[in-house]
Amino acid sequence: MFRQNDHNHTMEQWQDQGIILSSRKHGESGAIVSLLTRTRGRYVGYVRGAQGTKMRGVLEIGNSVDVAWQSRVAENMGTYALELSANAGVHLLHDPLRLSALQAVCALCDAAMPEREAHEGLFDGTLALFEAMKNEDIWAAAYVMWEIAFLRELGFSLDLSKCAAGSGDDDLIYVSPKTGRAVSRSAGAPYKEKLLSLPAFLTPRGGDIDDIAIDQALQLTGFFFEHWAFTHHSRGIPDVRLRFAERFAKTIKPADIADSKDLKRA
Amino acid sequence: MSNRYGPLEQMIKMLSSLPGLGQRSARRIALHLLSKRSSLMVPLANMLLQAAHDITECEICGNLDAHNPCNICQSAKRDTSSICVVAQVSDLWAIERTQSFRGTYHVLGGLLSALDGIGPQDLRIEGLLRRAEDENLQEIILALSATVDGQSTAHYISDHLDQNRLKVTRLAHGVPVGGELDYLDDGTITTALKSRSVN
Repeated sequence: MFRQNDHNHTMEQWQDQGIILSSRKHGESGAIVSLLTRTRGRYVGYVRGAQGTKMRGVLEIGNSVDVAWQSRVAENMGTYALELSANAGVHLLHDPLRLSALQAVCALCDAAMPEREAHEGLFDGTLALFEAMKNEDIWAAAYVMWEIAFLRELGFSLDLSKCAAGSGDDDLIYVSPKTGRAVSRSAGAPYKEKLLSLPAFLTPRGGDIDDIAIDQALQLTGFFFEHWAFTHHSRGIPDVRLRFAERFAKTIKPADIADSKDLKRA
Repeated sequence: MSNRYGPLEQMIKMLSSLPGLGQRSARRIALHLLSKRSSLMVPLANMLLQAAHDITECEICGNLDAHNPCNICQSAKRDTSSICVVAQVSDLWAIERTQSFRGTYHVLGGLLSALDGIGPQDLRIEGLLRRAEDENLQEIILALSATVDGQSTAHYISDHLDQNRLKVTRLAHGVPVGGELDYLDDGTITTALKSRSVN
């Protein structure tokens, strides 16, 4: 941040890159816009003329923008001048599932990230996710990885690398709901009703990435969102995240579920 | 409103609360109205009162009209086999101006928006699904905006319609008539390329 003397007033200013998380109309022509910026984390500012034809397209959630922020006092909300650099939503508008995922990413960041706290890794990870979402084959797994990284950024790290009961990294199929650590089949057998399912592709040894595994992973991260990250939020998990998980679960065919059960028994 | 304001100040204050009008414009309008009391101000006041009394939402489509059901829903010249779904009455007016659609409409009253807490129960989606059960109906056109909220609403409605029986279509997204590629944003050009058609 630097100061600039402007007609006898000192202005606080900075420039950065950002991702639009939300935009709320304010007054007749303005909007309060929440951004995930690269070096300053979640930052809220006012955009003049936000409801005009030129700016409306820029303020769609998920868009990457070049940001110039300024304010008389650093603690104030300040105003943004935004210029579009990439439009994430345009590639996903035709796909209800990926569009829901995009909404979920923006809503989770907007609801859970503290303001003005840098999370550069999350910014780069989110841009990488938006890029991966253009690819039909890998986007869902990339989304799950993003949620796990997002939990870690919030201070709720899942340890899926080895068994919490000390039996190494072999046959990890459960996660403890209390600690967020992986548990092996043998160690978890007495408590299997209470443990969460861990899809194989999230373990160090890897595994198939199919719709059932993704659904399990969404239930896993959803549990920790509910009980860890959003437990003290009055509104709970954002609706769009819940709707995304529901929509994803509906895409799974009953035949796939039966196959998965057969495999588990084996 | 506080009594410390005289009728003129009250009038200016109320006029300035209208969209697009500030204090300065409101003062100009107030002076203009007062200078044409009998020819403009009184007829306008009467018209506003009559509109407030007569204009209602159509119980079928949600359009604003002095008749209920509205003129479009009552018209025998309209093609009842297709419904064009729009977000607001202003969108309905925009399509009517083109005179290119002779079917009926359904006004949702907004778009699904997680941010503003607008869920399916806040829109006229139930009414649309009931109308979709009509056996004469063949096509539903989702004329919703090309935004994340607009397309999420369109996907939600599509999910709840019987697409085996009904043809569910959407407006094309792309280059506007008279638009030059050089001046279009990247998103519009990308969508136009995706939905290109055979010449």
